[in-house]
Order: sequence, then structure tokens, then C-alpha cells
Amino acid sequence: MVKLGELAKVIRSKNAGPFLVTIDILLDDPGCYEKLSAMLTREFIAKVYSVEPSEVVDIKRIDNLRALKIVLKRKIPAGEPGDRDVYGAQQYALLLGVEVDGC
Amino acid sequence: MGHVTIYSPTAILGYGYPQESLREAIDHGVDYIGVDAGSTDPGPYYLGSGKPLVPDGQVYRDLRGLIKASVKLGSPLIIGSAGGAGAKPHVDKVLELTVKAASIVSQLRIAVIYSDVKPSTFMKYIIEGRVAGPADPGAPAINSDKLQSSVIVAQNGVEPLLRVLKEWSPDIVVAGRVADAAIFAAPLILEGVDKGLAVLTGKILECGAIAADPASGSDGMIAYIEGDTVYFTPSNPERRATVHSIAEHALYERSDPYKEYIPGGYADLSNVRYKQIDERTVAVSGAKWVNSDKYLVKIEGAGLAGYRAITIAGAVDPDFISRLDDLIAEAIHRVKTRVNPKVKVYVRVYGRDAVLGWWKKQQVIPDEIGLLVEAVAPDPNDAVEAIAVVRSFLLHAGWPGRKSTAGNLAFPLSPSDVYLGEAYEWTVWHLVEPPDPLALAHARLVEVRSKNSLRVIESW
Repeated sequence: MVKLGELAKVIRSKNAGPFLVTIDILLDDPGCYEKLSAMLTREFIAKVYSVEPSEVVDIKRIDNLRALKIVLKRKIPAGEPGDRDVYGAQQYALLLGVEVDGC
Repeated sequence: MGHVTIYSPTAILGYGYPQESLREAIDHGVDYIGVDAGSTDPGPYYLGSGKPLVPDGQVYRDLRGLIKASVKLGSPLIIGSAGGAGAKPHVDKVLELTVKAASIVSQLRIAVIYSDVKPSTFMKYIIEGRVAGPADPGAPAINSDKLQSSVIVAQNGVEPLLRVLKEWSPDIVVAGRVADAAIFAAPLILEGVDKGLAVLTGKILECGAIAADPASGSDGMIAYIEGDTVYFTPSNPERRATVHSIAEHALYERSDPYKEYIPGGYADLSNVRYKQIDERTVAVSGAKWVNSDKYLVKIEGAGLAGYRAITIAGAVDPDFISRLDDLIAEAIHRVKTRVNPKVKVYVRVYGRDAVLGWWKKQQVIPDEIGLLVEAVAPDPNDAVEAIAVVRSFLLHAGWPGRKSTAGNLAFPLSPSDVYLGEAYEWTVWHLVEPPDPLALAHARLVEVRSKNSLRVIESW
């Protein structure tokens, strides 16, 4: 059992336009990449972020980089009143504690 | 086509570049210098207010070196999404700074492209059925009242740039809002480069050395294109392009890493091949241009959301911190009943859940918290009053058994309340199908003979 915060080579988030935030996770180990990508379903991400599965816009595998890309709807568009993270740069943090089995 | 070289000196015009890096690019020899100046990332404020994203002084310093290099090499300098948001005030400011920075050299021909869209034009497009829908999930619905007072721009494609480059052969192009990749793709297409390869090159170059290792937003990248391959080399010898740094950049700030959209279609990147050529150079090939069924342009609009005031305070009293949510609710209730029910109050509790509070409320009670209180009102005075009400209520609020009866908050600043002025919101984020790819661009060719003489030669 290892936490994703330790396992990931890169784990980051950033806006993709003002209404979406994308989270990129890059891994070194091919086996762990497979395990993680099986684990990170729409339902799983929705639970971690306490949102409806429909708020998880997309989850993509980028095999040549061993990268996973998660796209979430922002609660408030970037830079509007009430925003908490204009660039969306810190929104990956809820995934740091996710435990990946057998890695 | 033989080969062509294009250079992106920095991630955003004004972010700077090392002088040695620019010299390196000049020695290398480049046919075009392209620089992206824009981003919607910092929010709707810049488009709505007409304010530049980067301070004038920084833009001026960057321009001085780049114009010198461009004149020396005889290579056009292309600036896209000028001033950040790329509306008329932004473009005119960058044009003014360009003229000022160019006074060191003699005569210059500058092509200026405006991307502004009148609210009435957008309304007309709605009636004509040219609005295809929101450009992203979560984009605002069109509200015709808000639309009328919005500042609106079109994120144009390569066509307006191609036309001015072809017709006028300008020394410099100062363009308003334009797709990032198009700034670099347009001159490459003009030189006969395949459109898919040109857009891929633009996608990597638009952030300068952010695609290098180590990455930097204040340094450059050179792209050399020959045949069906582009070779990326950072201009700074201390940086490298690696297969990983270039491939990873393809993911950056995109919801779909395999498709780089510009108006008219996209570069399909799903079969792109990366190869390390030498220690600092990566070769990329295999991008494929795909035409869309319709020529769609993204339209961005920002309008006034209200007037904003804030206050910042800290707290360490455990009783106060444990009651905080109830006290905040009461403070907001007072604002609504005593100031104006239309005032919106947002409180971020730093140390608890200010950053991730969208998703989850933290259950832990921290030893110390920071509060940022934001009030947005239809009227400046109401915003200021709302902040005063919240501030004084939270400072003096009591509860049964309260021991800290002299005050609950530590203010770091005096005055503690700050009026910030206008706040903006996105009002348009839609795809439209204009009657032709040039419909949302207006251009003029100006000739600069000295600092004070600027003459419009032609326009369309």
C-alpha cells in the first residue's frame, strides 16, 4: 500500500479554460500505472472530490507517458468572485492520500 | 519547402528572457519570432477592464530586444493575444509600446489585427443560428442584458495572420486574441509547412521554455522544421529538450491531450513520434491535420459582476475557531438584512479549507486560521459597508462563556478593509460559426517613421 503522493512522479493541476480543471498524474512504474488507471474510475474520483460523477468530465490514459488526465468542472469559473484557486494549481491535493494497493 | 526556423523567446510577452538566450537564437538564425502574450487563466478581469496582464515596463523591455533581433535578422516578429486578453485597449497599448521600443531603429511596418466582437454582432449570430453552443461544460448561459455591456473577443485562427503576412509582409504583427498555436502555425503554413505539423509546433512553442528541462516561463525555444519533422531546441544552452519534456507539455492546460484545436479543425496528436536527436534536441513528427465539419471560433466575453471589497484577518482562539461557521453565517445574515440583500459575501478560511473547500469541508479544528472575506455588491459603497459589517461583527461577536471579550481577530493591516474596484465575470464562452474565417478580424497596416509619426497605409 503506497500513497499516490509518494508514488506519482508528477501530480499537478491547472485550468483548462476557466470552467474546467485538469489533473495530470505521471507514474514511472508500468504495473502501478495499470493498477491506478483501473482504480481511477469516474465514480472513484467523484467520491474523492465529493461531487456527482457527472462533474467528472473526463478521465484519459496517455500510455506513452504513463499519464492519467482527470478533468473536473470547477465550482466557480476562474477569477470570478468567490474563486479559491484562480489557476486551479492546487486542486490535485485530495488525490495525494489515495492508497494504491500492491505498489 | 526547404526548411524554416521559428523562435519563441518567452512564455508570455513581458515575462522576460536571458539576453544570452536571445543572442543564441540570433546566432542560430531564425526566420520568424513569435510570442504569445495572452491567457484567460488570470480570469475575466483583464478582458472586462481593458487592463494589461503584464506591466507596461516589462513588456517594453522584452519588445526592445525582440525588435532589435527581428530587424537585425530581417525576421518578422509576431505578437498574438496582445496585452493578455487581446481586446482593442490591450492591442493599442502593445502597439504604443512597440512604437516606443522601435524608435531605436528606422522605418517599420506594423500589421495590427483586432479581434473585438460587438455585442450586436454576437446577438445577430444568435438570431442567424451561428452560435453552436458553449465552448466548454460549465460555460455561462447567454444573458442578453449582460451581453450588451460585455467586452467580447474572438479567438481567431490562422487566417487573419496569414492574410496580413501574405498581403503586407509586415516587420511586426500585433494581433489581438488569437488561438495560441496559430501565432506560430500561420507563418509556418505560409512557408509551406503541413498544417498539422505547424499547429503541433505552435502548441509546443507557445509557452517558450516551459517545454524544456529544466522548464522556465522566462526563456525560449527554437523550432527547426524540415520535411515532415520539427526539431525543438531550447535557446539557452543550459536547458534541454527531452522526449519527456516535450511530450509532457502536450498535456499541459488541455482537457484533451491528443487534439490541439484551432478554428477550422485540429492537429491529431495521437500518433505523434518523439525522438531524442542529440542531448538538447527532440524531433517530433506524425501530427495530422483534421478539418472540422464547421469553421468554429471560440468567443470570449467578460462583464461587470459588481464592486468588490475585502478584509484579511487571523485568529487563534480555539473557542472562536470552533464556532466560526455559525459566526460567519450570522455575519452574512447581517449584511443581507442591513446593507443590501444583493451583496455576495465569500469567506475563505486559510489553515482549514480555503484552497480545497469547494470539494470538502475539513473537520479538523486548526490552531491558527486566516480569513479572507470578499464582498461583491451592485454598488461600491455597499461592498465597503458589507466588509465593515462582517469585520466588526466577527471581531466583537460574543457567545455564552466567551473569555476573550476584547476581540476575536488579529488584523495584520490598517486600514483593514480594502476596496478593490470592479469585479468581472465570464458572460460568453461560446463557439460560433462566422460567415468566413476573416469575419471576426479587422486589420490595418501602419507605418512608423519616427516615434511620433504613425501612418495608416491600408486596412480591411
